[in-house]
Amino acid sequence: MNWYGNWVSLVVLTRKEIKRILRIWTQSLLPSVITVTLYFVVFGEVLGSRIEQIQGFEYINYIVPGLVMMAIITNSFQNVVGSFFLAKFQRSIEELLVSPMPSWAIITGYALGGVIRGSIVGGLVLLVSLFFTQLPVTNIFIVLVFTFLTSVLFSLGGLINGVFARNFDQISIVPTFVLTPLTFLGGVFYSLEDIPQAWATVSYFNPILYMVNGFRYGFLGYSDVSVWLCFGVLTALLVLVFFGTWLIFRTGYGLKE
Amino acid sequence: MSLALQITDLSKTYDTNTVALRGVSLEVEQGAFFGLLGPNGAGKSTLIQIVTGLVNKSSGQVVVNGDDIDTNPSKAKTHVGVVPQEFNFPIFDRVYDIVLHQAGYYGIPLGKARENAETYIKELGLWDKRDEQARMLSGGMKRRLMIARALVHEPDILFLDEPTAGVDIEIRRSMWQFVRKINEEKNKTIILTTHYLEEAEALCRELAIIKDGRIIRQGTVKELLSRLERDSIILDLATELSSDVQNRLQAQGFEVRDGTTLYISFAREESSITAIIETLKEEGVTVSGVRNETNKLEELFVSLINEN
Ligand SMILES: Nc1ncnc2c1ncn2[C@@H]1O[C@H](COP(=O)(O)OP(=O)(O)OP(=O)(O)O)[C@@H](O)[C@H]1O
Ligand SMILES: [Mg+2]
Repeated sequence: MNWYGNWVSLVVLTRKEIKRILRIWTQSLLPSVITVTLYFVVFGEVLGSRIEQIQGFEYINYIVPGLVMMAIITNSFQNVVGSFFLAKFQRSIEELLVSPMPSWAIITGYALGGVIRGSIVGGLVLLVSLFFTQLPVTNIFIVLVFTFLTSVLFSLGGLINGVFARNFDQISIVPTFVLTPLTFLGGVFYSLEDIPQAWATVSYFNPILYMVNGFRYGFLGYSDVSVWLCFGVLTALLVLVFFGTWLIFRTGYGLKE
Repeated sequence: MSLALQITDLSKTYDTNTVALRGVSLEVEQGAFFGLLGPNGAGKSTLIQIVTGLVNKSSGQVVVNGDDIDTNPSKAKTHVGVVPQEFNFPIFDRVYDIVLHQAGYYGIPLGKARENAETYIKELGLWDKRDEQARMLSGGMKRRLMIARALVHEPDILFLDEPTAGVDIEIRRSMWQFVRKINEEKNKTIILTTHYLEEAEALCRELAIIKDGRIIRQGTVKELLSRLERDSIILDLATELSSDVQNRLQAQGFEVRDGTTLYISFAREESSITAIIETLKEEGVTVSGVRNETNKLEELFVSLINEN
C-alpha cells in the first residue's frame, strides 16, 4: 500500500476505536470519573481540612494532579488491553492481519484509542475537580506533554499485555496488581519529603512517581524530583516499550501461529 | 496463462509439534475454480491461513499473482480475499461498519469504500440487516457477511474455507450461484474447501485432495472421476420381482434391497450399464429408474482417503 492507503487504514482503525469508547461510555468513561470524584469528596471536603498543607499547598490541590494522572494511566492502559484482547478473543484481529495495513499503523491506531480515552477521562476528572478547588496552572505545556507521553506509554503497555494475554484474567492482572499499587505509592497522596527515608528511597524505583511529579509540576510548579529527570525517565520507558511493541508486530509473536 | 497461486514445497509445524503441512506444492491458474478436499485436520485451513498471512510458514515459498508473500507481503495481500472457516468479525459492530472498515484497512478511501460496501452487502442480500449488530445475524447470514467483507477490496483471488457449513440448501444454492458468477463474469480465481463433495463436484473444475499435510491427488474433476474404477448404481423396478428371478439375479452379483430395488457394483472394464440392463431385460424385468447410490466424487474421495 502507498502512504495514502496506510494513512486511510490508520484513520479508519482510530475512528473505530473512538466509536467504541463512546458506545460503551458507561464502562469506558464513567467509572474513573466516579471513583476520582469520591476521592475528591473524601480527601477534599471531608478530611481535607484536617490534613496539613503539603509543601505549602492545600491538600486537595496537592492530590488533584496525581488523581488525574491515575485516571489517565488506568484508562489508556485498560482501553488498549481490553480492545485488543477482545479483538484477539473474537479473532477480529484477523481483519487487520489479512490486510496490507502495516504494523506501525495497527500499533498507532490502538495506541491512539488509549491516548484519546486517557485524555478524555483525564479532562473530565479535571473538570470535576473544579467543583472542589481552583487548581493553578504553572505551565500548560508541561501538563500536555506529560499527559500525551504517559498515555502513549500505558497504551503501548496495554497493547503488549493484550498480545500476551491468553484469557480474561490475564488482562486484569496488571491493572490490579501493578498499576494501582504503583500509582498509590507513586506520590499521589504525599510528598517524598514527608515520608520516612527508607520509603522515599524505594519510591525512586517507582516509574509512576516521575509521571505524577512531572504532571503535578505543570500545575503547582512543585515536584519532589527534577522535572527533567521525570521527563527523562518517561522518555526512556517509552523508547523501551515502543521497541518491544515493534518487535512483537514485526515477528508476529503472540499474533500468528 | 499466468498463475494466481504458486506454492512450492510448503511445510508447517505448529509450536505444539503438530505437523500440518509436509511439502505441499500447488499451482492454480488465474480464473480457476479450484477445490481443496481433505478430511478433518488434513491441513486445508493451515494452507489458506499461510497464504493470507495469518499463520507463519515453516518453510517453502508462496507466490500470489506474481508477488511473493515473503518479499512483497503487502502487495500479495491486496490480491487476496478470504472467508475463514470460523466467524471472526467483531460481534458488537454493525454489519455495514464491518464491511466498511475492512475496505479502510486495505487503504480504500471513504467514498469508494462506502460504494463497495453497499454493492457487496446488497449482492449478498444483507442490505436490510446493515444496521444490526453482527451477533444478531443467523449463521447463514454471518457467512454471507464474511463473503461481502472478503470482496469489498475487490481482490482477484477469493479463498472460501468451508463457506457453506451450516447453511440451508436454498441459501447454499444461491451462494453457489453467486460464487460461480464472480468466477465467470469477473474472472476471479476461487479456491474453496468443503466437506460437501456434491458442492465440489457442482462448482470446481480442478481439485486437489490433501491428506495428512500432503497432496495425494490433483487434476481436473473429470480426470479424477474417470480414474474411479468402479461404478455402483441403484435400479428402481416397475414391478415386484418373483423370488425365482431374485435368486437368479443375486447369483449374478445383484443385491436385492426390497422387491423393487436392486443394487449392483461393477468394475468398469468388466461390465457396463448397458450390459446390466441387457441382463435384466433377458429376465423380463422393467427398469423404471437408475440412480447413483452416493455422489461419485464421494466414492473417489473415500477410496483415496482409505488407501494405505
Ligand atoms: N493453531 C494451531 N496450533 C496447533 N496445531 C494446529 C493449529 N491449527 C491447526 N492445527 C493442527 O494442524 C493440523 C491441520 O489443521 P487444519 O485446521 O489446517 O485442518 P483442516 O484440513 O482445515 O481441517 P478441517 O476440515 O477440520 O477444517 C491439525 O492436526 C490441527 O490439529
Ligand atoms: Mg479447516
